Amino acid sequence: MRRTTIANLLAVAGLVLLSLFVLLPFAWMLSASLRTQGDLLAHPGSLWPQPFTLHNYIDIWHKIPFGRQFANTVAFAAVVSVCGLALDSMAGYALARFQFRGRQVVFIAIMVTLMLPIQVTFVPVYNLLINLGWINSLPGLIVPRVADAFGVFFMRQFFIALPRDLEDAATIDGANQWRIFSRVMAPLASSAMLTLLMFHFIANWNDLLWPLMVMTDNEMQTMPAGLALFKGQHTAEYGPLMAGAVVALLPIVGLFLVVQRRFIEGIATTGMK
Amino acid sequence: MSRRRVRAAWLFLAPALTVLAVFVLYPIGVALADSFTNATPFGGRSWIGLDNYTRLVADQRFTNALSNTALYALVTVPLSVVGALGLAVLLNRRIPARGLFRAVMFFPYVVSLGIVSIGWAFMLDPNIGVVAAWLNDFGWSLGQGVRDPRFAMPAVMMVGVWRNVGFFMVMYLAGIQSIPREVNEAARLDGARGWKTFRHITLPLLSNTSMFVCVIAGIFAFQAFDQMYTMTNGGPFFRTETLVMLIFNTGIKDYQVGYASAMSWALVLIVLALSLAQTVFFNRREVRY
Repeated sequence: MRRTTIANLLAVAGLVLLSLFVLLPFAWMLSASLRTQGDLLAHPGSLWPQPFTLHNYIDIWHKIPFGRQFANTVAFAAVVSVCGLALDSMAGYALARFQFRGRQVVFIAIMVTLMLPIQVTFVPVYNLLINLGWINSLPGLIVPRVADAFGVFFMRQFFIALPRDLEDAATIDGANQWRIFSRVMAPLASSAMLTLLMFHFIANWNDLLWPLMVMTDNEMQTMPAGLALFKGQHTAEYGPLMAGAVVALLPIVGLFLVVQRRFIEGIATTGMK
Repeated sequence: MSRRRVRAAWLFLAPALTVLAVFVLYPIGVALADSFTNATPFGGRSWIGLDNYTRLVADQRFTNALSNTALYALVTVPLSVVGALGLAVLLNRRIPARGLFRAVMFFPYVVSLGIVSIGWAFMLDPNIGVVAAWLNDFGWSLGQGVRDPRFAMPAVMMVGVWRNVGFFMVMYLAGIQSIPREVNEAARLDGARGWKTFRHITLPLLSNTSMFVCVIAGIFAFQAFDQMYTMTNGGPFFRTETLVMLIFNTGIKDYQVGYASAMSWALVLIVLALSLAQTVFFNRREVRY
């Protein structure tokens, strides 16, 4: 008994130290965003701003088109995750609950796209977007992303486990297929749908390579790409960059604090993304 | 199956299938076809057979990116998988604030890697970096930080492990919790404790999870891009240029569509071979209850 208490005490002490290391970047970024350039250069070993300044948070809106980039990020992540949810669950539903010729072929095609690294499509997709005139536009950023093989597979796995009776009861009541899906089956899947919505929102909000590829104007970038490009051009604008980083990270941090339990469970049960 | 039901099924499938066909399946085919041509985005392409692939073998920039990526995978995969397993075993015990620790460990995985990497690069910077300053107090120098050829690769590796370890931990936690309670109790009755239980009970029974985590970790490593792009941009002297970064630079910055397509098919083959090899290795140890 005593031995386990001591072991647990040591474990907690180790975990506290490790947690401090894991969280250090966030603490430092927040602190650096509240400091002046002079303070940062004079006291690099400190985490405490002397003096506090909010100047960086004003600066960032002048130095880069941060407002526009923020709006683009919101539009991109929100539209992709909401539309993606609708498309993925409809397709997953069809694959799970209907028998028809060609279903196996469709399912195999989806599994193949799941297994191949998505980067293999980037160069052809880029050329396709050029031909469509969608480079540097929100449709170019959003449309190719609104259906996702993982999402279809994820929803299929969920719908396949639902009992048959509910569907039969609704059919006897004379409901058409769309009604059965939207009023009976989709509500039953709401927890899986919420998990998928969060996965997609977070993944797209954070994405770097895709916006870098599609958007050519700085003004059209999402925040991760915009900040990365700004860092490339202005290597010593530490404070404003960190202020921008804090603003860009904040919505996801907030979301995570609200939904972290569900999110972690979602990953544990699906084991993906 | 009535015709109406079949029609309904296709209507449910149509929107997602259209998008996937146009923006994923068709491009995969195009990438394969293009890899045998000298295509550019401006049209005009001629068949050059396997030339792109033979060129890859002799291209020093490609072999450099390949070995950088392989080195990155070789270091980060074992570190993050073993670290994740250790954390999962630790955080499966009844210790105070367990839920909080789990959330903290997982936290780096949900935030933008590209953005946090800017913070990491600054923290290692010799002029303003807090980590550089603290190490300096111990008499250790990080040189030029991420611009230093000695430290660039270790830095992006550390950030990769820092980000993914909590994610793999969550998978291992799920695996540990799926081990039947009776097994642990039987081991206990037989006198197994601590390390013995872990070595002879937990670890073997986790081999399904281990396979999955190793495959995912390997795939993640071979697709690494974000932290290299923001921390080092592939430098110094191409020391942190990865395969995905080179594909991006070749196909989209340099307009060599055909050649970049050959590179991305090389990546496809590596990723597939990797998952296949790991599946075969772990299949011999597969666990069924």
